[in-house]
Amino acid sequence: MGQTIAEKIFSAHCKKECRAGDVVMAPVDGAMIHDITGPLAINVMKEMGGGKVFDPKKIIMLFDHQIPADSISAAENHVMMRKFAQEQGIHNYDIKEGVCHQVVPEKGRVKPGDIIVGSDSHTCAYGALGAFSTGIGSTDMAYVMKFGELYFRIPDTIRIDANGKFQNRVGPKDLILTMVGDIGADGATYRALEFCGRAFRDMDIPGRMTCANMAIEMGAKAGIVPPDKKTRDYLKGRCDYTPFDLESDGDAAFFEERSYDVAEISPKIAVPHNVDNVVDVSEVAGKHIDQVFIGSCTNGRYEDFVEAAEVLGDRKFSDDVRVIMVPASRDEYMKVLKAGLIEKFVDAGALFEAPCCGPCMGGAFGLLAPGEVSLSTSNRNFRGRQGSTASFVYLSSPSTAAASAISGVITDPREV
Amino acid sequence: MGRSWKFGDDIDTDAIIPGRFLTIYDPKELASHAFEGTRDEFSKEAKSGDVIIAGRNFGCGSSREHAPLALKGAGIGFVVAKSFARIFYRNAINTGVLPIVCEHTDKIPDGSEVSVNLPEAFIEADKKRYPLEPIPEFMMKIVEAGGLVEYAKMRGNK
Repeated sequence: MGQTIAEKIFSAHCKKECRAGDVVMAPVDGAMIHDITGPLAINVMKEMGGGKVFDPKKIIMLFDHQIPADSISAAENHVMMRKFAQEQGIHNYDIKEGVCHQVVPEKGRVKPGDIIVGSDSHTCAYGALGAFSTGIGSTDMAYVMKFGELYFRIPDTIRIDANGKFQNRVGPKDLILTMVGDIGADGATYRALEFCGRAFRDMDIPGRMTCANMAIEMGAKAGIVPPDKKTRDYLKGRCDYTPFDLESDGDAAFFEERSYDVAEISPKIAVPHNVDNVVDVSEVAGKHIDQVFIGSCTNGRYEDFVEAAEVLGDRKFSDDVRVIMVPASRDEYMKVLKAGLIEKFVDAGALFEAPCCGPCMGGAFGLLAPGEVSLSTSNRNFRGRQGSTASFVYLSSPSTAAASAISGVITDPREV
Repeated sequence: MGRSWKFGDDIDTDAIIPGRFLTIYDPKELASHAFEGTRDEFSKEAKSGDVIIAGRNFGCGSSREHAPLALKGAGIGFVVAKSFARIFYRNAINTGVLPIVCEHTDKIPDGSEVSVNLPEAFIEADKKRYPLEPIPEFMMKIVEAGGLVEYAKMRGNK
């Protein structure tokens, strides 16, 4: 019987035939730590006996959640991680490059067929490039840093076949929100997703990153797009990569198969307080919002800001809304800057910040007061996620966020 | 023997420990902020031997290990739920807060007197017994070692 992409990746790493359900000790090609979960991983590695990391070249370190340091304790954590990087010979991107899930692909630290782990749940994002990448906790990360391998239960696969062309001002975020709504917050727990079909083949790498990023919002361990020419073009100049075929065999066994015609998808929004509470934007249109956040590892790329700028046109953002924009990396920041978009956004009334996680996780800045409502292009709307547990977070595409920021109420982007 | 703390479905790690407390690593200090804003009495009243009883998908969301550490700091030794989010499940095993699957958690009310009998695989709540699903064999090796830190120490530097 044939194999899924996940089974093929684990078989290649473990040098034996691996099947869904098998528990294996597999070597990893990369391990990412950031300023929130990294210090704990470093402390636990010391508890495990310390010593040298398995391969400093395979450890990716950067700070993105609380940068520039927003408290003395955050600054102390940064100092502690810098010292560890220096002692171990690990390259540290520090606070300078941006959000982990944008920086890791951008710097060529992931390629198709890799197994990558990160102590951040959205590590599944690198599936956009055909890798098996997954989020782990700090103790698992300590084990990986010391030994270079980890236990995995090879997941079953849910295959998504998406075809057709998106309507104007509808895109990858609306598609992935549709899937989260259908599959549910735990519908893919302990499973991998394969994102296939014409709609994914036509989708650019940033759009694939948006989708793979949110696999975890269905509980999935990974969300993988089969690599193709777009993947090769993206990786050119970033890393050494010899292309090889990586897709599921025709007779591979899937746990479930689902298909979508993306032409039928209208703008979607996740309403408080669960990511799978997904409805059409039109169902909540007119709802007042206090803050709009365009950014994060889900939607903080150049293409997302272009999308917002197209909706904005020559208009201004509403005086009643605080618009906070944060690009996902320094490279993305420069692209937005060179395209003249920062001037346009600031002129329209937005705050344009330096690359970081920003308001997404309610730690650093842009927190919400009780009763306030945020519309965000990020990935989670849990109660209290962006501040007070009495505040409300809605999730949408950059187009919907921009349209709503103009009118001051939740607005279908096709209607502005 | 302890009391049950009953929770519903999809309890996320932001609820267990909000994002603004993630620069803290001490379990006791984390415990003082556990469920802050969503169930404030937990951090004040939870004590050693208490058990969390929950529905589906407990621990969904962020990979923050601060979540099981906060529960550990509060004295929680077991979380008994219908199902767990994947990363929380591993983190809980690794840090010694045992996540145990039980399909009968609906029948256990908040504030019951509960105790977990792991060798015989049942939970007793207000003198009624409900069966627990076994912890998978490969995870049990880590549990038996006393957590992943102890498991790693046994491996040495190989």
